[in-house]
Amino acid sequence: MKTLEQTTEEILGLAAQHFKVPREQLAPGDDFYKKLKIDSLQALDLLTRLEHHFGVELPDYEVQGVTDFKTLASRIQARL
Amino acid sequence: MTSHKGKTLSWQMKDGALELALHRAPCNEIGTAMLEELEQFVGALEAAESRASAVIVYSQQAAGFSAGADLRELYAGALTLAPSERAAGVKLFLERIHRVLNALDGSPLTTIAAVHGVTFGGGFELALACDLIVADKMARFCFPELRLGLIPGFGGIPRLKRDLGNGIVRDLLLTGRSINASKALAVGLISQVAAEGEALRVARAAAMQAGKFDRSASAAAKRFLKPIPREELRREIELFCELFGRPAVMEGLRKFVESTGAHPYLP
Repeated sequence: MKTLEQTTEEILGLAAQHFKVPREQLAPGDDFYKKLKIDSLQALDLLTRLEHHFGVELPDYEVQGVTDFKTLASRIQARL
Repeated sequence: MTSHKGKTLSWQMKDGALELALHRAPCNEIGTAMLEELEQFVGALEAAESRASAVIVYSQQAAGFSAGADLRELYAGALTLAPSERAAGVKLFLERIHRVLNALDGSPLTTIAAVHGVTFGGGFELALACDLIVADKMARFCFPELRLGLIPGFGGIPRLKRDLGNGIVRDLLLTGRSINASKALAVGLISQVAAEGEALRVARAAAMQAGKFDRSASAAAKRFLKPIPREELRREIELFCELFGRPAVMEGLRKFVESTGAHPYLP
């Protein structure tokens, strides 16, 4: 079982790689819309990548209103 | 007309398949302009029946297959009408799009939707009218209509009920949530998943295979397997129009259209 910190770290790594942002510029408490400069469609793309990466199904209403990586990680963690 | 290059979509014959490419920015929102060209495509589809063996529908927009109905146009159009006339106004549009999707659904040719990215609402309904859905692994499917106080209006509910178990249909509609391609495959909504960027290639291979078969046999099998749920489709239009006339719908559409943040209004 991954820890919340491990899950957060994997999300940060995946987001940095896919959206081409240096990993060191991303922190768990960051607003991913602002830091990744993404819109709602790109956020859905991120959600899909995270579902594939972690092998979970994450209904989008569970992440509605979530804007920071750490809370996003906690929602995924609840499905692992 | 075996080829056409329009403002919102284009089509051409390629290796025995009639390929319909959607290319209206940002994500193939289906409004009046696309509807008019889809109606022209139906004419081409019927004319191509003797020459083509399959039809492929795909998107050239990076964001996805289609984000569905053009809600901005729908809202703006409704504002020009008196509240009592809005349901009748939207009904005309729905009847036209139903004729298009019924023609695609009932075509004797094997029809394949090659989808990627956002496949929402009316775009999802367009894909559902096809015989096969081949999805890029990053595709995402959703019926968000109930989040705006409506139901799908382009034939989504009857076609979902035709293809899927009622439990997943209720989940999709009553939560308005989106699902990825793996889930869509697991529930039987799609039949093939392709790697990122490969859905069209996979669809072309399927079209090529379908094209090897006797056309009469394929058409007969399709009629047997996939009857068009005409009565339910008609009732769906009536229910949509009944709901559309309510002030809550206009308020939901207003919030959606006027939202300017990274995330559009959807409860």
